[in-house]
Amino acid sequence: MLTPKAGLGHDGPMQKTCSAPPLQRLPKLLRLFAVLASAAWLAGSPAAAAPPPFEDTIAQRTMACTACHGPQGRAAPDGYYPRLAGKPAGYLYNQLLNFRDGRRHYGLMTQLIAPLSDAYLMEIAQYFSKLEVPYPAPLPATVPPEALNHGRQLVMQGDTARQVPACVQCHGQAMTGVAPGIPGLLGLPRDYLNAQLGAWKAGQRRAHAPDCMKDVVSRLTLEDINAVASWLAAQPLPASTKPATSLPPLAPGAQGITCGSAPEVPLVPAAITAPVKARK
Amino acid sequence: MKSALKILLALVLLALAASALVWALNVRGEVDVKTPVAAAAPSDSMVTRGAYLARAGNCQTCHTAQGGQPYAGGLGIATPFGTVFTSNLTPDDKTGIGAWSSSHFWRAMHNGRSKDGRLLYPAFPYTSYTQVTREDSDAIFAYLGSLPAVVQPNQPHTLRFPYQSQAALAVWRALYFSPGVYEPDTARNAEWNRGAYLVKGLGHCAACHTARNALGATEQSLDLAGGLIPMQNWYAPSLTSPYEAGVSDWDKQHIVSLLKNGVSPRASVTGPMAEVVQRSTQYLNDADLGAMAQFLKELPASHTTPPEPASIKTQGESVERAAKLYEQHCAQCHGAKGEGIANAYPALAGNRAVTMGQASNLVQIVLNGGYAPATQGNPRPFGMPPFVLVLNDADMALVLTHVRQSWGNRASEITPVEVNRIRANSGR
Repeated sequence: MLTPKAGLGHDGPMQKTCSAPPLQRLPKLLRLFAVLASAAWLAGSPAAAAPPPFEDTIAQRTMACTACHGPQGRAAPDGYYPRLAGKPAGYLYNQLLNFRDGRRHYGLMTQLIAPLSDAYLMEIAQYFSKLEVPYPAPLPATVPPEALNHGRQLVMQGDTARQVPACVQCHGQAMTGVAPGIPGLLGLPRDYLNAQLGAWKAGQRRAHAPDCMKDVVSRLTLEDINAVASWLAAQPLPASTKPATSLPPLAPGAQGITCGSAPEVPLVPAAITAPVKARK
Repeated sequence: MKSALKILLALVLLALAASALVWALNVRGEVDVKTPVAAAAPSDSMVTRGAYLARAGNCQTCHTAQGGQPYAGGLGIATPFGTVFTSNLTPDDKTGIGAWSSSHFWRAMHNGRSKDGRLLYPAFPYTSYTQVTREDSDAIFAYLGSLPAVVQPNQPHTLRFPYQSQAALAVWRALYFSPGVYEPDTARNAEWNRGAYLVKGLGHCAACHTARNALGATEQSLDLAGGLIPMQNWYAPSLTSPYEAGVSDWDKQHIVSLLKNGVSPRASVTGPMAEVVQRSTQYLNDADLGAMAQFLKELPASHTTPPEPASIKTQGESVERAAKLYEQHCAQCHGAKGEGIANAYPALAGNRAVTMGQASNLVQIVLNGGYAPATQGNPRPFGMPPFVLVLNDADMALVLTHVRQSWGNRASEITPVEVNRIRANSGR
């Protein structure tokens, strides 16, 4: 339909297919995102020429979200815009509040959700939490086996000497999270995990007080963080990726934790009364 | 030598006279705060009315830090002169206004002077609030007094020289501020006057919708004729121009709907106005919204013919690429002919937000996306995705120029430089 014209040299791919954006000029990561976005656009429209008919659905109303977080919130492959699909609703809702209230920092997010009500943010969180879409295959780890071992050790057992609890103590034995407030740890890119744990260490990411993750991460070194992120990112998803409905029993001798972001979940079993900080 | 002395003396006298004038202009109409006021506990109905009026004034939005305690202040307001931090309005004796009397509060609202005598910066829109009646000021004060006291010391402003000085502020006030309660226009009916009182006073619409001069003062002569909001790159469109956001030919009910629900058959709000609807106007009753609508409808029109676009440069050979970009990124929601989808996505054809001479908002919306405010009347708004990571400056300029010049739209082109300027100032 279109003929190439002089002076439009950079938009070659666009002239061949109707939906591929001008890839050459985008940075590499964004190019992946653009490919994904356009693939989804194609998938959603059997006839590429006619856009899908308008339907008044929550999916339609959250297209501002999926533009960056990928179709159905399955994540952009750049490792920066994380997956939303299938994460516990309470966790997603808390993150929306964290962006709105300045505990997490990304201007684009904060600005986008600022005019929305708590009720609508919860509806959006619940919508994405219920989406069951496949996870990408884990990527092979690029760190030495000793580092992977160290990562697995921290995730599964923690480090009693440094008062680092095992990740699985709260995030579930299957590491798929615990509804409603605790996220899963699998199916996330290493870069994303590294960035989030790093942000916690640097005080750039916070959660409702008392911020248990801040306390845990403050006891980890950057090497620990990289080991944990590398091991987690290399794990396949279990058959059921749904968050657990209750916490695993506390291992003998393990310390209880109090988390403001998951107050409804009894992270401190009645039998173990760890010192509880005053809650605001 | 003698003449030099004379000149010096004359200059000194002149300076003294000028200072006296500035001083006199700053204390004119000052409220008496020395006479004790009866400190009887306010009635519940007064507190309720105060809460409503505080909504109308949108006080909480500025006097609450991000994620902070309501009304405890601490939000930084960036201005071209530095950052002004809002104050703690909760009734804490030490850090809030617990030790204030209603006269102190009234003097702050009416004269822009704090309890300790310091002049207040007009980022606190007392240039508008001065129109508020004592009765309404007292009700707001009663409401603030009913809030839980929060201990949170005020943060000092970080203003540059010379703006940080009280003397500079006094000069500014002598030039641009005069106190005065709203005087009803007897030639108009009560509804119009109520609307005028709300728009000019608590609503402080002029704070954004009237242009500011180089010293940050709103130009009285161009009342509500549109202004660029300092530091935000959002343009508050003219409420007097039928080619921007004037509503003279709107159904009154549509104006009410816009202020109450954030959407109406004629337009929807986004950006800073979404915040105003979300936090302030959606809580106003229909009588007050109707009064504001009446006043806005009857504002004298600034234009009767469309303003000539700065320049209409056709897109030349880029036109196909621009159309392609539109088809690819925009048409799914806004329609192949810019017709939009009723009750979901606005039409772009004939949309004043698209064709306004000042195009900052258009660029902002496409760069950063946005939602209409979630309100009682529109609790689940549709959203516009951000394109900041998808379209570069050149492509965004192409597609925006395309929508400004298609389907009967006739407006000047958007340049990549313009897109870049706003992208660079968006700050993430």
